[in-house]
This record gives sequence, C-alpha cells and structure tokens, in this order.
Amino acid sequence: MIRLATCSLAGCFGCHMSFLDMDEKFLALVERVEFDRSPFTDIKSVGKCDIGLVEGGLCNEENLAALKEFRENCSILVAVGACAINGGIPAMRNRFSMDECLAEAYLDGIGIENPQIPADPELPVLLKKVCPVHEAVRIDYFLPGCPPPAGAFEVLLEALLKGEKPVLPEKLIHYD
Amino acid sequence: MTLAWDKKMACAAEHADLLIERMGNNPLQILIATQKAFNHVSDDAICRVASALGLPLSRILGDVEFYSFLSREPLGTYSVLMSDSITDWMLGSRELFLRLCGNLGVSPRVMRHDGLATVGKTSCTGMCDQGPALLVNGTAVANLSDDRIDAISRLMEKRIPLAAWPDEYFHVESNIRRRDWLFQDWRGPILEGEALLQEMTDAGLRGRGGAGYPTAKKWASCRDAPGGERHVVCNADEGEPGTFKDRVLLQHCAGRLFEGMALCARIIKAKKGFLYVRGEYRYLEAHLEALLAARRDADFEIELHWGAGAYICGEESALLESIEGKRGIPRVRPPFPVTFGVHGMPTVVDNVETFCAAAAIAAGGGREFRSLGTAESCGTKLLSVSGDCARPGIYEYSFGVSVDRILEDCGAGNVLAVQVGGAAGNCLDASEFGRKICFEDLPTSGSVMVFDRSRDMREAALNFSRFFAHESCGFCTPCRVGTEILAQAMEGISAGRGSGEDIAEIGNLGSILRASHCGLGQSANRAVLDMLRKFPEHFERGVN
Amino acid sequence: MKTISLDGAMVPLAEGQTVMECALAANIPIPHLCYLPGFAPHGSCRLCTVKIDGRFASACTQPAMEGQHVEIDTEELRQVRLSLLRMLFVEGNHYCPACEKSGSCRLQKAAYDEGMLDLHYRPWYPNRQMDASHPDVLIDRDRCIFCELCVKASRDVDGKNIFGISGRGIDTRLVVNSKSGLLADTDISAQDRAVEVCPVGAILVKGRGFEVPIGKRLYD
Ligand SMILES: Cc1cc2nc3c(=O)[nH]c(=O)nc-3n(C[C@H](O)[C@H](O)[C@H](O)COP(=O)(O)O)c2cc1C
Ligand code: SF4
Ligand code: SF4
Ligand code: SF4
Ligand code: FES
Ligand code: FES
Repeated sequence: MIRLATCSLAGCFGCHMSFLDMDEKFLALVERVEFDRSPFTDIKSVGKCDIGLVEGGLCNEENLAALKEFRENCSILVAVGACAINGGIPAMRNRFSMDECLAEAYLDGIGIENPQIPADPELPVLLKKVCPVHEAVRIDYFLPGCPPPAGAFEVLLEALLKGEKPVLPEKLIHYD
Repeated sequence: MTLAWDKKMACAAEHADLLIERMGNNPLQILIATQKAFNHVSDDAICRVASALGLPLSRILGDVEFYSFLSREPLGTYSVLMSDSITDWMLGSRELFLRLCGNLGVSPRVMRHDGLATVGKTSCTGMCDQGPALLVNGTAVANLSDDRIDAISRLMEKRIPLAAWPDEYFHVESNIRRRDWLFQDWRGPILEGEALLQEMTDAGLRGRGGAGYPTAKKWASCRDAPGGERHVVCNADEGEPGTFKDRVLLQHCAGRLFEGMALCARIIKAKKGFLYVRGEYRYLEAHLEALLAARRDADFEIELHWGAGAYICGEESALLESIEGKRGIPRVRPPFPVTFGVHGMPTVVDNVETFCAAAAIAAGGGREFRSLGTAESCGTKLLSVSGDCARPGIYEYSFGVSVDRILEDCGAGNVLAVQVGGAAGNCLDASEFGRKICFEDLPTSGSVMVFDRSRDMREAALNFSRFFAHESCGFCTPCRVGTEILAQAMEGISAGRGSGEDIAEIGNLGSILRASHCGLGQSANRAVLDMLRKFPEHFERGVN
Repeated sequence: MKTISLDGAMVPLAEGQTVMECALAANIPIPHLCYLPGFAPHGSCRLCTVKIDGRFASACTQPAMEGQHVEIDTEELRQVRLSLLRMLFVEGNHYCPACEKSGSCRLQKAAYDEGMLDLHYRPWYPNRQMDASHPDVLIDRDRCIFCELCVKASRDVDGKNIFGISGRGIDTRLVVNSKSGLLADTDISAQDRAVEVCPVGAILVKGRGFEVPIGKRLYD
C-alpha cells in the first residue's frame, strides 16, 4: 500500500482542513493509502513513505527538523499551500525584528494579561526569518493556494498514485 | 550643535541657489557641485534645485538616489571610495580597505562620529594598471600600499586639505607601452564633409566603444535625419572594468578628440557638442577645461558633462538621458540616437577613440589605416592591459593581434586565464590564447585582464557578478532581479555554501538575462558562465 | 498587404504598429504587464519577450516589420516568462491572501496563465515603506512592479504628476512628488486614472477592500 505522511509546520492547518474537504472521496483515498505521520493519525515521527505533504513554512528549529525528516523519509515531497511555498501570512513578520514581534505578541498587544515572553526550554528556538520550505530542502511538487482547493489535492494525489506527474488545470491554481 | 547644523544647512540651500545661477539648468551637474561643496545633497537642496529648475521633486531625488557619487546622507569631510575591481582585489585592495577602516576607526559606509571620514567602495576607477586605487573626495589616488594608506590616514586625521597633500599621491601614469598608428602625428591636408565620409568608409572605420558600427554610416544617417538642431556627443564614460585607454587619450590626445568631434559637427551641421566624462576622471577637469577654453571655433562649442558613478551611463541612450540630467535609464530603441538623441534631436554618439581615429583619418591616416588589421576590422585598437603581468598599460596593436602576442609583450607568465572585454566580455583559457582581437573573433572595447595560475577564478566570478548587481539601473525585471540572484549564488559558492543547483541556476539565468532591455543585463552572466565552464575545479571547491 | 508571421500565422501589419499591437489586433495573445493600450510602451517587465528572427525582443516596443518571423508560444519563451514572473514575486512581498487586489491583479493573473506554482528563487522579503497617509488612497510598495503606468497616467492624463521612480538596481522605488514624500500632501483623488491604472495592489482605494466576493472578481 502507498504510504502517505502529512504535517503542518508554520501554517494554520487550513490546508489540512481543505484536504478533508474532499468529503466522501477521502474515504476512497483511505482505501488506497496508509497514513503515516499526520495530524489525522497522531503519529509523531515519520517512517519511510512514498508521499509527504508539507503545509506551512519554516519559523522555528522544530519546523526545520521536521521538514528534514520528511525529506529523508518521503520519496516524493510536496509543498502544500501559500505558507509552504512563499512563507505566506507568517512571513509577514519578516519585516519586523524578533524583539518587536515578541513584544507585540506577549507584552504590548491588546488584551494581554500577565505579560511575559515565554522562555520554556521546551519551546523551539525561532528562526530569524520565516522562509518557504524550498529554501531548506528539495521539493518535488507544489500545490499553491491559501488553502489549495480540495480538488487540487484530488488531482495531485490521483496523479501521484498512478505514478504520473501532476498537472493542475488553470482553474485549480489559486494563490488566495 | 543643532544651531550650527541649521546654519550649515541654510548655507547649503543658499549655495544650491548660487550653483543654479552659475551652472545653468542641468540638474545633474548642479547636484554634483552641491555634493562636492557639502558632502551630500540635503533634502532641502533637493527641493531648491527642483523649484529653481521647475522640475518635479522626484526628478531631482531620482538623480540623487541613482548616481552612486551623490548622497542624501552627509558623508565625512573626507569621502573615500576604494576601487573594488577584480584587478584591485588581486593587488590587495580588500586588505588595504580594512587597514584604512582600522586606521580611521570607521565601519564601511558609516561616517565617523566626528564627521572626519566615510569609507566605502566603488566600481573600477580606471587605474587598473597602477592599482589599487581610491577616490578621495572624487580625486584619484593610485599605487596604494600599506605605507600610502597609513600616510593618507595620518593626513586625514590632521585634517590636511587635499590641496596640501603630496602631489605624487595624485600622479597618474599613462603607461603607454606600445604606440602605433593612432599615436602618430598625422598632419596631412584635412579632409572634410563628403570626402571625409568616403575616406572613413574606404578606411573601414568602425566604432571603438564595443559595438563596432561603421562610423561614416552613423554620421551620414544623422546628417540625413529629419530634425532641427543636431549634437555631437563623445562617450568618455569608460566604465568597463579593466579599461583605461580613454583616460590616456583624454590626457594626451584631447586636441585630436576635439578635432574629430568638430569634423563630425561640420558634417551633421551641429553647433553643440558634449564630452561626457565619467566622474572618476574628475582629476582631468583642469586639463580639459584649459584645452576647451583654448579652442577657437565659434561655430561649434563643446560642453563638458560629468558622470557621477554609474556604469550604465556608458550605454549610449542612458548617456543621453544623463546629459539631459536624468537618471541613466537606457531608452527604448528604436528610435536610435542618430534620429532621436539629446533632447530628441539627431545626435552622433561615439567613443573617444573613434573620434580620435576619425581625426587621424581626416589628416591623412586613412590609407595606412586600411592596410592594418583584418578584413572586417581595419586599423588599430588600444588595449588596456592589467592584472598579472610585468608591464600593465596601454598597448596599441593592429586588429587581429593574438592574445599570445599580447601576453608575451606585457610580460605575463604562467597564465591561467585572460578576460577580454571586461566584466561583460569573454574569459579565455590557455587553449584559446591563439584567438585574435577583432570584431570577427574577440570584439572588445579594449579591456584585457590577465590571471596567473595562482588565481582562483571564483573570485573573478564573484567580483563580476557583484559588479553587475551594483550597476544594474533597475529598469527591467531580468537584470534588476537576475543580477542580484546571480550575485547571491556566487556569494554562496565563494563562501563554500554553494550547491550544484547554484551552478545550474547560473546557467539558467543566461537565457533569462538575454531578455533584458539593454546590453548590461544581456551580457551580465557571460563571463561567469565562461569561467564555470572552463574552470569547473575552481567552483567545485565552494560546492557541497 | 504587408504581413508578419506570429507563431506561423500570417498577420497583417499596419504602418507604425509594434509587434504587440499586431498580435492584439489579430487576437493572438502575448503575455504582458507593463504595456497598456493608450500609454507609450515602457518595455520594463519583459514579460512580452518574444523571439524575432531568432533574437529576443520585447513585443511591446519592437516595431513590426514586413516578413518578421515571431515566436511566442515556445517552451524556451514559456520558461523565460515563468522566470520573470517568479523574479517579480520574490523581489517584492506578495501575500495574495491578504491583498485586496487578489482576483483582479494582472501580475497574479499572468502567473496563473503561465502555470506558476512556486517561487523557485529565494524570496527577499524586502522592507519597503507603506504610505497610508492619505484618507482615500493607499500605497503598498511591497507590490510595486515599477511599470510606471501610474507615473504616466498622473502626469499625462490627470495632469498632476504625483508619482516618480527613484533609486537604482534593486533599490528602485516608487516615490511621491511632495516635500514630505507622502501621498497626503498631494492632490491625488481616488478617481484619478493613476490609481485605477496600477496593474497590481500597489495603489489602492481605501475602504473598498474585498468588496467584490471571490468568484466575481475580474479574473475569477
Ligand atoms: C552597458 C554598456 C556600457 C557601455 N559603456 C560604454 C563606454 O563606457 N564607452 C563607450 O564608448 N561605449 C560604451 N558602450 C557602447 C555605447 O552604447 C555605444 O555603442 C558607443 O558609445 C558608440 O560609439 P562607437 O560607435 O564610437 O563605438 C556601452 C554599452 C553598454 C550596453
Ligand atoms: S538590462 Fe539592466 S541596465 Fe539595462 S535597462 Fe535593464 S536593468 Fe537597466
Ligand atoms: S499585487 Fe497581485 S500578486 Fe501581489 S499580492 Fe496582490 S494579488 Fe498577489
Ligand atoms: S505603483 Fe503600480 S502603477 Fe505605479 S509603478 Fe508601481 S506597479 Fe506600476
Ligand atoms: S497554511 Fe494556512 S491555509 Fe495553508
Ligand atoms: S509588456 Fe512589454 S516589457 Fe512589459
């Protein structure tokens, strides 16, 4: 059986939600693929897979490690969604310094009680800039959209399961 | 402090008014003078120049932000720009730069807290045969060494004015190593008009600035173009890294140059000419002004125009924009300058060497010119030779001379590579040294840079790619963005962070850059590609 | 009748036409961004790059000439266009999901048409200045592609001369003709042609964001 892994890095899980929007077709898919690491299975580390779908860009060290693990284990790696492809909304923090971002989020923002910058050693270290996944590893295919429409997931997976190169029709290419 | 500052600013603004009165209505020339007087062009001065000339603010601001010798931020009393060309690197300019910064206690491009100095870098200053070189307040100082850098630092610390610095610092050698046809004293009866055009055609004179367009044909089409007032423009922007022959011609043959321009003026019926000289050669100002003042030609006036640090202004249509006081953005062509030149009027733009050659042909040199060179490339060419050789300088050869011969004459041994035509030219390996300098084989404006076997061609590739990113005018997408991508890829490779994909990328960029609006972008990765192809082992060192 | 060959189709050409004008008149599409009928061709985006008798040229600026052989829809030129679009995206900050122009943007549309799925290059995330000083009109420089349409429209149509381009190389930037450099200190109005003509979301009318629902926008 084809093994499929998915993960969300610096994203909003919107792409995963859109994936599920396949509705009944998703059930058909589950017949044909076995999910490895994915929010759908709650498996935490990825094993050898045929296809990996990565949502979200890179904003911290943990994202980077997860991405590298996906690249090592997945024969085909797909960048899914605006955030994975160009950093997306999270990358809008790139014009500010880290201090400014942290202050806005944890100290000075509206409605913050007990302002303090979290410093738990368990928390992953933030990267200076949010960046797209193709900056860190080789990516085989890209699925644009914020999120990509469910139909785009269908076209992509249908082709990949058949061992073909996915070609998105123009009406499924969206950046928003 | 603020009071003194305000006073200075007020005085700067008034001064701008004065300059406007004195210098007529060319914004660029006024801005250059303002920069010189106040070490920057303040926002207030920008407003005054704009309102005095009745131009939109953005035009003036645009100039200040385009030309690299103009600055909105105040620069130090001494503004130092170190020439950052590859041949300067080879002579240790990067170490000298750090030494100078260390001596003065400044960071690059940041004015020292007490306002003493700002130290930065600039593209090739045309002193390649006597580098490393720098410009201090616009004046060239060549032959830099540790000692000279230390001495200059001390002079600056003591705030000694440039005029009181030892003369030898400002001495520029001509280093003419080989003279031939052009340097002969042609004194025959002067041919004019149709007869001269015929003689130039028969002699086979083609433009010396690089493109090689038949000169007589250009002059005739300008003469025949519809339109009123015509102009003659001499292109002395000489920005191609490694070229300095126009500097030497301006020094030694300016009289002949003016003759050439005047002959052209009489043919096309121009009353006015412009000599556009790159700002790096400002030290020639007194010399050129004196010669121009001594000219006795009431029918044809030549005006001196200075550049201000922009390689693109050597491209003829960008140069015309610059003469009109605008940012140096190449125009859409056609129409070409012969029909649509300065202020939209028919204009001839030729290189310094071209005008000199035309004047020599007019004075009886035509027959011999024809007999020299190759079938497609008649006459001789001045070559500027620099890099790893015993005798860098100017060499005049008949077209068709082989690279081997040049290397032998200039005393180059153990040669790895020769870069012909500057950063936009071709990089040759040893198997190609039999190739010939001529339009049929290796067309060039004359830059010949020699690299011996101790050199890492990665450095040259890095230097050239940065050069183009710095000099791109920013008008068109492929060049504005592509030159920067190229430079970033080369920086990665040079820092040992490169990947095979970076190398593949550099290859791919070639076809995209060819979609550029002008020659700068179109040729921006030619040399780097040559180097990658011919010296792959140098690049593999930086790739993992 | 004089003709020109566009991807093999023989198309009539009129005196003084550019290759682009010939093609548009014959309903043969050539992708373009900075060209807009009614304004002098600019030649900066290079998206209209074609091959004329084997040489690259921008169709919007190249005079059409009898017997020219023009290639448009070839694999080589598709790659060039794709790269140019990617370059325009990486040099600015284009977050389409957060852009009011999305769905009606010519840059975005061109990228859809060319099937651009990824950036390929490393995005630069430049820090460009936003100008929200004016009550009705906004400048988001992150999205400017330097087509100069606003410059020409404001100068030649609106008669106000509000915009200009300054800087050099990758520091090229859109500037405003006022002492403060701010739009608030100009006499721009939301009805100006300069505002309407911007092909991307760099000049926007305030208070109209996301007025048109997805599905009904210009290029949906
Ligand atoms: C990027 C670029 C830079 C150029 N720089 C120079 C220059 O510094 N000097 C020059 O004479 N021609 C230069 N040229 C060539 C000029 O555009 C033009 O062809 C030349 O001045 C014509 O003179 P000629 O016919 O006498 O050669 C340059 C061209 C390009 C595309
Ligand atoms: S190729 Fe480069 S220098 Fe030439 S117009 Fe384009 S951006 Fe300017
Ligand atoms: S200007 Fe166009 S391409 Fe850029 S973010 Fe807005 S919609 Fe997207
Ligand atoms: S603001 Fe818009 S119209 Fe003006 S130059 Fe930028 S992209 Fe073009
Ligand atoms: S990551 Fe938010 S929609 Fe894809
Ligand atoms: S449309 Fe022709 S260059 Fe932009």
